[in-house]
Amino acid sequence: MYNVKEVVANKPSRFTSGHRMCAGCGAPAVARMILRAVDEKDHVVVSNATGCMEVSTCIYPYTAWTDSYIHTAFESASAAESGAEAAYKSLKKQGKLPEDQNTKFIVFGGDGGTYDIGIQSLSGAMERGHDMTYVCYDNGAYMNTGIQRSSATPRFADTTTSPAGSVIPGKMQPRKDLTEIMVAHHLPYVAQTAAVANFKDLYEKAEKAINTKGGKFLNVLAPCPRGWGYATEDLMKINKLAVDTCWWPLYEVENGVYHITYKPANKLPVEEFLKTQKRFKHLFKPGNEWMIEELQKEVDLRWNELLAKEEMTNKQVSE
Amino acid sequence: MSIRERLSGNEATAYAMKQINPDVVAAFPITPSTEVPQYFSSYVDNGQVDTEFVAVESEHSAMSACIGAEAAGARAMTATSANGLEYMWEMIQIASSSRLPIVMALVDRAISGPLNIHCDHSDAMAVRDSGWVMLFSETNQEAYDNMLMAHRIAEHKDVMLPLMVCQDGFITSHAIENIELLEDNKVKEFVGTYKPEHYLLNREEPIAVGPMDLQPYLTEHKRQQTEAMNNAKRVIAEVAQDFEKMTGRKYDFFEGYHLEDAEYVVICMNSTAGTVKNVVDSLRANGVKAGLLKVRVFRPFPGELIAKALEGKKSVAVLDRVPLLNATGGPLYEDVTSAMFVEGIHVPTVNYSYGVGGRDVTEEQINQVYEDLQNLNDMSNPYRFLGLKERR
Repeated sequence: MYNVKEVVANKPSRFTSGHRMCAGCGAPAVARMILRAVDEKDHVVVSNATGCMEVSTCIYPYTAWTDSYIHTAFESASAAESGAEAAYKSLKKQGKLPEDQNTKFIVFGGDGGTYDIGIQSLSGAMERGHDMTYVCYDNGAYMNTGIQRSSATPRFADTTTSPAGSVIPGKMQPRKDLTEIMVAHHLPYVAQTAAVANFKDLYEKAEKAINTKGGKFLNVLAPCPRGWGYATEDLMKINKLAVDTCWWPLYEVENGVYHITYKPANKLPVEEFLKTQKRFKHLFKPGNEWMIEELQKEVDLRWNELLAKEEMTNKQVSE
Repeated sequence: MSIRERLSGNEATAYAMKQINPDVVAAFPITPSTEVPQYFSSYVDNGQVDTEFVAVESEHSAMSACIGAEAAGARAMTATSANGLEYMWEMIQIASSSRLPIVMALVDRAISGPLNIHCDHSDAMAVRDSGWVMLFSETNQEAYDNMLMAHRIAEHKDVMLPLMVCQDGFITSHAIENIELLEDNKVKEFVGTYKPEHYLLNREEPIAVGPMDLQPYLTEHKRQQTEAMNNAKRVIAEVAQDFEKMTGRKYDFFEGYHLEDAEYVVICMNSTAGTVKNVVDSLRANGVKAGLLKVRVFRPFPGELIAKALEGKKSVAVLDRVPLLNATGGPLYEDVTSAMFVEGIHVPTVNYSYGVGGRDVTEEQINQVYEDLQNLNDMSNPYRFLGLKERR
């Protein structure tokens, strides 16, 4: 049974303090918890895409990573990790590494480095079946360069390249559903998660992903106080609202079978989530009600699709 | 006893890779280098090597995977051409600045656009100052031999830089020539095993590769890279000596053909040197003191040695197998002439753009160059074209 106190007290943090991520950022909590899910005896090679996490955690001559770590470029984290994993296989096979060495391969990338510029190398590495876990910390824009829209940016969000203007009220396109794109790679394990309820969902999915053989993908919601516009102390509240509104459903797909890991007893209206953030402030101006309605429709549609997929894939298994 | 064979340049390269038996090969198909990973894959799938072959989805990922593999502690290799190398460009710099001795077979081809799949050196020249050691090969034999020397140079502790072995697309990559191969055990012994000092898969010493490197350190790190490239000169010479001891085949920074007493010198790289040698022979038979300087080591550039070899010559023509797009001259010409300037050597030197996009290079054209060199009165336009069909 998962117990947050035990995990935090007994498992050392492999991602140390002293890094320079912003207060109230969702990403470092995600990285720390995911690495805590690694067996303590195991060694990790982390590959990190260019982005906030990289520029804030590994500034020469310092590093916040106690495991082996490599950063190459923005779009190449998956490919670099696939090379490291291939090296591991080759050296292991030739007896050039200690027999008891167990190395895990974990990639961290933001949504820009994953949904956009890194999708090719991610797709390639996953299709090739490298034994690695890709973790996307999704904050829905290019935050490192100053909040530019990405294909993960939700519809109507105000960003610096999709500003809420008088003619065009923010980003006009719906976000790409990367989790489903990764499901379509027929991987052994794909999950969407967030840091909620004492990190239970996040920790358990990370543990499962890391200990499953093959290509695994975790999409983790990681709010950004600067980009989203919220007070730093509201981080966990926003995570909670994202899942309670079904804005960010928590689910996993194991060998093609869907399992929704959290179904809110009381599904909240999407505006409860939207109103906590400045990026959606213009949606609450008189005359813009339609935008909130559109987003509610989109959330409902996707949630119902997910429920249907869960039902369908589980039925196939039981047949 | 060496083994006499008949192989194409691509086959010879793949065969060298098989004998080197690298830990990881990551590559993507592109004409005319495709055959290298193709042949190599059959070695992998038939259990003749220990290599993990990573069939990446792009050249960008090929170089990224080589970086990941080499940083992890493996010997990693790849092969590419033209646009493939261009697509790698970003990672080419990251490989060298991370001091990872990756070895690449570059089968030279014109870079787009427009699209052309045939030989010129525009791919190699586009990455010439990216911190890679660059060796050029006139023949299949040289492509093979350079590949066998590659790891000894790249992995030397005073170098630790990636290296590319260049050969001419189709002209040598697809042409079958006689070749002398070495026995597997000799290659194994000569190349040795890779023992990196720091690597990702050393769980006893976790390291961070590719940090954010700001104003306080980057300048010094780049200076160290410069020093490594300078050190490569000494190491290249040492490795060539060992190679000569083993094979009897002598390799230098450049090859002189009737160079010493020559009055008129052509400088070029790769397969064109063969054609030039033929022309030199016939000119010499007619009493013309023609000579050739064929550059083998292009990076680090042996400028001082080349300049000194040209001292006292009557005239020099540098053949650049690239289009001239900078209104000052091709890369080889610029390097040769600035080296002469630094050494205080002044020989009238002209530049020819030739063989672009696989345009045939004929003896007639080379004869024309030597003809020009013997009548070099007008230096007002040293930037010329060879084998041009349009009237100008």
